[in-house]
Amino acid sequence: MSLPTEDVSKKVDATSLWRLWMGRFAPMLALAVVVLGFTLSDLRWGQGHFFEIRNARVILVETAPVAVAALGMTLIIMTGGIDLSAGTASILCATVLAITLNAERPVVVAVFAAVGTGALCGVFNGLIIGILRLPPFIVTLGSMTIFLGIARHLASISNTSTVFVERTRIPDWLLKFTSTEPPQWVGWLPNIPSGVWFAIAISVVMAVTLSLTVFGRHVLAVGSNEATARLCGVNVFTTKLLVYALAGVLFGIAGLYSFSLLKMANPTEGIGKELKFIAAVVIGGGSLSGGRGSVLGTLSGAAIMCVISSGCAQLGVVNATQDIMIGLIIIGAVSIDQLRNRKQD
Amino acid sequence: MDSIAKRFGATHALKNVSLDTFGGETLALIGENGAGKSTLMKVLSGAHAPDSGSLMLNGRPYRPLKPIDARRAGVAMIYQELNLARDLSIEDNIMLGCERNHFGFVQAGLQREKVREALSLLGHADLNPQRRVGSLSIGMQQVVEIARAIVSNARVMIFDEPTSSLSKQDVQHLFAIIRRLQEQGLAIIYISHFLEEIREIASRYVVLRDGQTAGSGSLAGTSDEQIVSLMVGRSVANLFPTVPHSMGDVALSIDHLTGAKMPSDLRLQLRKGEIFGLFGLIGAGRTETLRCLFGLDRVRRGSVQLNGRTPPYRPRARIAAGFGLVSEDRKGEGLAQKLSIADNMTLSAIHRYSVGGLLKLSSRRVAVDTWMKRLSIKARHPEQPIGQLSGGNQQKVAIARVLHQDASILLLDEPTRGIDVGTKAEIYRLIGELAAEGKSIIFVSSYLPELLAVCDTVGVMARGKLREARKARDWTENEVLSVAIASENDG
Repeated sequence: MSLPTEDVSKKVDATSLWRLWMGRFAPMLALAVVVLGFTLSDLRWGQGHFFEIRNARVILVETAPVAVAALGMTLIIMTGGIDLSAGTASILCATVLAITLNAERPVVVAVFAAVGTGALCGVFNGLIIGILRLPPFIVTLGSMTIFLGIARHLASISNTSTVFVERTRIPDWLLKFTSTEPPQWVGWLPNIPSGVWFAIAISVVMAVTLSLTVFGRHVLAVGSNEATARLCGVNVFTTKLLVYALAGVLFGIAGLYSFSLLKMANPTEGIGKELKFIAAVVIGGGSLSGGRGSVLGTLSGAAIMCVISSGCAQLGVVNATQDIMIGLIIIGAVSIDQLRNRKQD
Repeated sequence: MDSIAKRFGATHALKNVSLDTFGGETLALIGENGAGKSTLMKVLSGAHAPDSGSLMLNGRPYRPLKPIDARRAGVAMIYQELNLARDLSIEDNIMLGCERNHFGFVQAGLQREKVREALSLLGHADLNPQRRVGSLSIGMQQVVEIARAIVSNARVMIFDEPTSSLSKQDVQHLFAIIRRLQEQGLAIIYISHFLEEIREIASRYVVLRDGQTAGSGSLAGTSDEQIVSLMVGRSVANLFPTVPHSMGDVALSIDHLTGAKMPSDLRLQLRKGEIFGLFGLIGAGRTETLRCLFGLDRVRRGSVQLNGRTPPYRPRARIAAGFGLVSEDRKGEGLAQKLSIADNMTLSAIHRYSVGGLLKLSSRRVAVDTWMKRLSIKARHPEQPIGQLSGGNQQKVAIARVLHQDASILLLDEPTRGIDVGTKAEIYRLIGELAAEGKSIIFVSSYLPELLAVCDTVGVMARGKLREARKARDWTENEVLSVAIASENDG
């Protein structure tokens, strides 16, 4: 186009920066709107308990595991991949944890076994995707049922379909990890359980990794254009393998959360969970064609879903309506994103 | 078209453009990238509505609101990127959107007749209409697209840079078709910035610059220099600026290099400060040669020695050894369109800014700013997504990446494809400056005039082999072409 004159270019600069900010913080804004909406309707029609610290704690505890797993999913989606096995993999990890605890092994061993299982699941996916060059959708569609099958085999060793663990065998910290009781030990920190702090810590590490490390740039480059990445000397295979393995670790940690919440592991529990993780990424502005996604967005996406279910519960709205709302929000988030992109062209 | 104006936000894509064309004539629409050619044609074909101005077609006011209106009115557009459904047959593609039907059932017989008629008008009666379009060459796909326009009774046909992906023979073929269409009384608008082509096919021209008509007239009475100065808005003293440089020792020696399919048995020596031009028809193996050198394609046999050493055939090792490749496919491979200028420019040497595992973005910013200034890359800020830049500026970023990674052997694959004349001249000068700094350059191009003007040595490839290499001044265009074509036939 024609060369813009000085003042025009400044104006364009300001609007484009504004757009950049909007793009980055739109999911946060959506979260704020949802919270505000439920607070007001709760004051008007409900019992007024929605905006209480107790309820906030419940929402946070429910958000944390979804957020941790969705961060793993964000990594994968940013490289242009997808992981449908995330749900069953994370419950496979929980099953491994439960079985190891039942076998009276030290807690450290149990936790490492669980998280390590997650990493192995990721490596398995990453190797097949990388070596056989198959689409991630197909590979993880297969491994989804493979992981489910393994978990059910493990559970059937103790002759049950669900692995229960006696309370005495569960370490205290793991019980409190997702407890909605106000924790005693934190002192000056806000009164939220350790599991939520852990999720926040993971988010910070992840955000720094994505924006400030060589690995982060490689992830972004592979997702935006694999051919360009290869041309620039990026080892696409290793990058992807590492991404799936790291995501696997995060799915394993999500398994810890789910075990801590339920005090048992039921392999079939994992079916369908991956869709919730993917939804969090998409609501947070991630693009399924790769190259785009953010930690803040995914966190907001996970929180929005949990706020909706909590808020609806407070207002006495039935589950079926919640499902419809979350579905509409997913479609809405993607359409707003599309509209914004089209305007930029 | 009279006084057409179109605005997008703050930018005037078109201001006050007028043009007219008559049946049986070919009008050339010339202009640099971003001059408004494509926007003007989108107005004509109904993809954009003009903000002001009027259009007349056959003496009647014409105001297309949707592309289908334009098609009904007889205006057809042949786009740069072919718009065909690869998995459908030729016939289905031609009839797509105007299927003859009878209560919803396709009338196959009637359709086939229409298709045959259109194909024979184009001189391709022999083409089997049942063939899958994906199996055709790009040149033939274009024929299908033109046939589609004929079937819809087009009276005005617009060709938007139709030759950018065609081989020399296909171009001649296309010109023959355009002449046939002209004889049928169609009005042709031909958009291009290849002056040689325009002279061959068109009789009148209109030059657009910055969304305005910069000049128009008959091609016969106008020199190339006059047209170029209309395009750039100033007189270009030299289309091919060169920088004095001298050659040093042998930097790269390639011996019996053989790839999976191409190249075969390639031998070549490149000196420090040498610009080596590589010419060949499409499919001669030039791109494959560069990709083998860079470790992107598998090498079966042969040796590549850089300053006496052979680095492993992997892009990362090759980059570390001093190779730099600018891809011919800017959109698909060369640049990641979603990433910023800074990311695209520094990706190949991003490790440089890693301090204790974290990237030092401030020092990267300094480096990016420096290169943007040196290559005069026009952008709002270094974090702008590269997809928003013009083709010329994108190409500069692709070249800046290779310079930023400090390559000593530059493999440039069609570095001036699809960019405007002004930027081309800048790139030629840059290549000269790099040679003067002692870097070695392999310059692959299908545009002979630039190779002969800019390079020290020009080699001609055919069927994966380097047929002949001479000093650039010892070649004439005809000699180069005859080597490229002759070996094509006897090899």
